[in-house]
Amino acid sequence: MKILVPIKRVVDYNVRIRVKKDGSGVETANVKMSMNPFCEISVEEAVRIVEAGKADEIVVVTIGGRQCQEILRTALAMGADRAILVETDLAVQPLAIAKLLKAIVEKEEPGLIITGKQAIDDDNNQTGQMLSALLGWPQATFASSIEFTGGGIRVAREVDDGLETVDIKLPSVVTTDLRLNEPRYVKLPNIMKAKKKPLDVMTPDDLGIDVTPSIEVLNVADPPARSAGVRVADVQELVDKLHNEAKVI
Amino acid sequence: MGILVIAEHDKHAIRGATLNTIGAAVQLGDDITLLVAGSNCGAAAGAGAGITGVSRVLHADAPHYDHGLAEELAPLVAACSEGMTHVLAPANTFGKNLMPRVAALLDVGMIADVVSVESADTFVRPIYAGNAMATVKSNDAVKVITARATNFDAVEAEGGAAPVEAAGNLTDPAGLSGFVSLDSPESERPELTSAKIILSGGRGFGSGENFRMLEDVADKLGAAIGASRAAVDAGYVSNDYQVGQTGKIVAPDLYIAIGISGAIQHLAGMKESKVIVAINKDEEAPIFEIADYGLVADLFQALPELSAELDKLD
Repeated sequence: MKILVPIKRVVDYNVRIRVKKDGSGVETANVKMSMNPFCEISVEEAVRIVEAGKADEIVVVTIGGRQCQEILRTALAMGADRAILVETDLAVQPLAIAKLLKAIVEKEEPGLIITGKQAIDDDNNQTGQMLSALLGWPQATFASSIEFTGGGIRVAREVDDGLETVDIKLPSVVTTDLRLNEPRYVKLPNIMKAKKKPLDVMTPDDLGIDVTPSIEVLNVADPPARSAGVRVADVQELVDKLHNEAKVI
Repeated sequence: MGILVIAEHDKHAIRGATLNTIGAAVQLGDDITLLVAGSNCGAAAGAGAGITGVSRVLHADAPHYDHGLAEELAPLVAACSEGMTHVLAPANTFGKNLMPRVAALLDVGMIADVVSVESADTFVRPIYAGNAMATVKSNDAVKVITARATNFDAVEAEGGAAPVEAAGNLTDPAGLSGFVSLDSPESERPELTSAKIILSGGRGFGSGENFRMLEDVADKLGAAIGASRAAVDAGYVSNDYQVGQTGKIVAPDLYIAIGISGAIQHLAGMKESKVIVAINKDEEAPIFEIADYGLVADLFQALPELSAELDKLD
């Protein structure tokens, strides 16, 4: 079985982002970029599934500018076999991403797609579900464990009420949550090996997909500021303030 | 023309976040249809009819709609969306699982985590863990939206008298997925997302056993208990406690963060709280930058003191 892992390049999670003064977006020039943390977890899970003998090939795919090759190489160094870059400089929105991925799925015919539940830039949490809908496949979102059963998978999902377990048929789409695994550190020899692994580049036009956004971003602004309040000396003063000043207890 | 709201329910009652979602819907128009889909959920449909602001309830009852499986519900919601201008659900794990699937079936984009309605097609939503706010305009014929409960006032659960209609366009079972179990910790405490007071703990507690020290103070305050991602990752408590960018978004009257340093992704989940208290022994901890009241103290001393001071209040 082949596993397809769609990944995204985002502003590194340690970076304190800055909103551009003209309100057009968030500053990404000269900012450290990395693979989205949930995508790293997805690559790691795919590698573990192959290591366990449940699958035999991992294809990673991303959609974005030429620089996205970096994260594809990282994924290859983690253990993926091949990479695909759908190159575009447009900010492609989740539905169009899902359509591009569907076109790739039709070529690659994976038995399982593993992708992050959300990217930490736009926080949309949509692409996996949309792809699953377009394919008519089952989905298991927010996965914290994946177990192979006869003909399908059993997934524990992190939901608001706790952990929900579902059985889904294959092929299917799984979106990963934080506690699914801890991604491995990439070792130098593997980085060298990754340079020789195949990386195909194509465009949305090659796949015949229109990626024009249906949602316009009119403005991006700083959130309302919340200023620091006062320091209290001890617990007694704290309780006094909460009771008599803030009147919340 | 109309607005469709997808109810989250437990077969008997409509869950709280749906009332906030209707609170967002009433800002868009007054023709609001509430879809109550499930198995043997007539009581929930009846409860939905009583909600202020609901014009009619669409009750879709079939075994395959049980447990809210997205593969089963999405085609139904898409079918019920015909003629609608907006389709809304709460921005929690229920809505986030379901609504992108609905949007894809309708071939439209989706606007997630809406915190403000600017007009019928323009909305504000947080990006980058709430470190930036994007104003977005949808050019799609149907706007598929998830609304953040903490940013919209709940409508009254009672006072309405909407008619309940049986949905006529029930979809066939997809049969792609099956519910196995829900492992939900039993708790007498208020639910995290609707609690007035939340006491939240972080890695500072050092162990799951120490984390339980929060319970005494939480009981005295009638508070819910939350946790930072670090505390959940370390296994002190289960995932349903997590507050943050990828956990729950909360906005109680009082949020007390104890032993939490204040990582960006944690602040994303609680910075809309009315009053924030931070107790941390590290005076440089970022949590103090947004706290209304900060106390630099060792939590193992401060918690018993807090408990004793609360006793004096009564």
